[in-house]
Amino acid sequence: MRQADLARAAGISASYLNLIEHNRRRIGGRILNDLARALGLDPAQLSEGAETALIEDLRAAAATRPAAEAEVGKAEEFAGRFPGWAGLVADQAAQIARLEARVKSLADRMAHDPQLATSLHEVISAVTSIRSTSSILVGSEDLDRDWQERFHRNIYNDSQRLADSSRALVGYLEAPADSGALALSPVEEVDAYFDRRGHHIADLEGPAESDADVEELIVATALTNPAAEMLLRGRLSTYRSDARAMPQDAFEAAAIETRHDPALLAARFGVGPAAILRRLSSLPERPAHPAFGFASCDGAGAVTRLKAIEGFSLPRAAAACPVWPLFQALSRPGQPIRAIVALPGEGGRRYLCHAIAGPLGPLRFDGLAPVEAVMLVQAAPAGETAMLEAGGGCRICPRPACPARREPSLLA
Amino acid sequence: MGKRVLVIEDEPNIIEALSFILSRDGWTVHTHSDGVNANERIRATPPDLVILDVMLPGKSGFDILRDLRADPEMQALPVLMLTARGQTRDRELAEKLGVNRFITKPFSNAEVIENVRALVTG
Repeated sequence: MRQADLARAAGISASYLNLIEHNRRRIGGRILNDLARALGLDPAQLSEGAETALIEDLRAAAATRPAAEAEVGKAEEFAGRFPGWAGLVADQAAQIARLEARVKSLADRMAHDPQLATSLHEVISAVTSIRSTSSILVGSEDLDRDWQERFHRNIYNDSQRLADSSRALVGYLEAPADSGALALSPVEEVDAYFDRRGHHIADLEGPAESDADVEELIVATALTNPAAEMLLRGRLSTYRSDARAMPQDAFEAAAIETRHDPALLAARFGVGPAAILRRLSSLPERPAHPAFGFASCDGAGAVTRLKAIEGFSLPRAAAACPVWPLFQALSRPGQPIRAIVALPGEGGRRYLCHAIAGPLGPLRFDGLAPVEAVMLVQAAPAGETAMLEAGGGCRICPRPACPARREPSLLA
Repeated sequence: MGKRVLVIEDEPNIIEALSFILSRDGWTVHTHSDGVNANERIRATPPDLVILDVMLPGKSGFDILRDLRADPEMQALPVLMLTARGQTRDRELAEKLGVNRFITKPFSNAEVIENVRALVTG
């Protein structure tokens, strides 16, 4: 992207962007978010705390290759003295992690995907039938006319079936045209959709009579991954339901009046706590609203939705820190949790988190009742004491006595 | 009347081709096309040989073989397995469950005849 295009996309002058690029202007707030969106980056990567994020990334990179014996204790110095090289190391480590996750998912798909197994079975069955039948025709000179016609018909039908099933197989195995080598998982693709829009979908805020608006948005997005399209449809439908139950103007006014208190808002709008947390996370960016992060996970702890904010994110491919209230909520379904969470380090960031877990989908008493946990995250108000100490993952977390520790830390 | 072979396979055109080549080789061919009642069918009129597909609707060929070998009267019944899955672990599982021979699709007709003759002689 050209500098002028980027400046225009972020609503600033090219000369101001030039000052930012040369570290002669610090950025924050709207400009930071606009620039990040235009560049397809996480705002945290551009912020004043970029160096902190970079150091965390370097530690994470070192954790993946302990044999390299990287000087983990000097990560801060490295990032400070050689930010370009440090950024390159962090980016490459992140790319390796994405590639490894992709390889793992592809291997898993090859081994266990029922659709792939069915398609292959179809192809092999058709080929077996054609091979056996054609051998009979070629090797049996005395075959009577009825049998000949029957076997010819079978071969014709099987060749049709083979053409269809092999075409379907190729279509299934082909990566979506625009996905590139680093195709995102369906959940990441949908999160990226919301990231690009600041998690506020203005098209779904007005009154709507039908599902047509959701479908129009999906068509306009042109997702090529059917799984992502299915997820996006669900997410947009939920968004619209939330928007109907809590119309934007009334909700914004109430949010400001209650100081964004989820319990008060839930009482006022008569909706469940999970819907309130979702709705708060989709408020438009305004000075009157804090920056809200959001995460949801399923009963297995897999992150199903993520809106990162400065300093807060959760790993998707690796296991996250179980101290986050999101995961605590899973063991206490229905009980709201409010906690101040501190990240490691002197003056580490502190977040106010609201979390709750509950059944997903309509109430049912028979069979499987899936559970979902949701968590709203915002910068902690000054003066509140931290109740929980979370981290970015055991291997890069310097809390030796953490009762939730799964494996030793490289920093211990 | 020739020796009796029961072909348990769900693909109609494969059943037809197998029936033809086996009949031409002197076998009396019976067929069964789903997994659910396959064990009952075998016990009702035990054949001299079973040709058993792995991927069957209702019940897999592995499960049919396991149930078959659990019956003392059926432990010696020769079974030739056909599968589209040629992985080592499938072959090992089939052998562990007591299969006599194992061939992978797409097989040749000669391969089928050679194996069934080897399993039932005389």
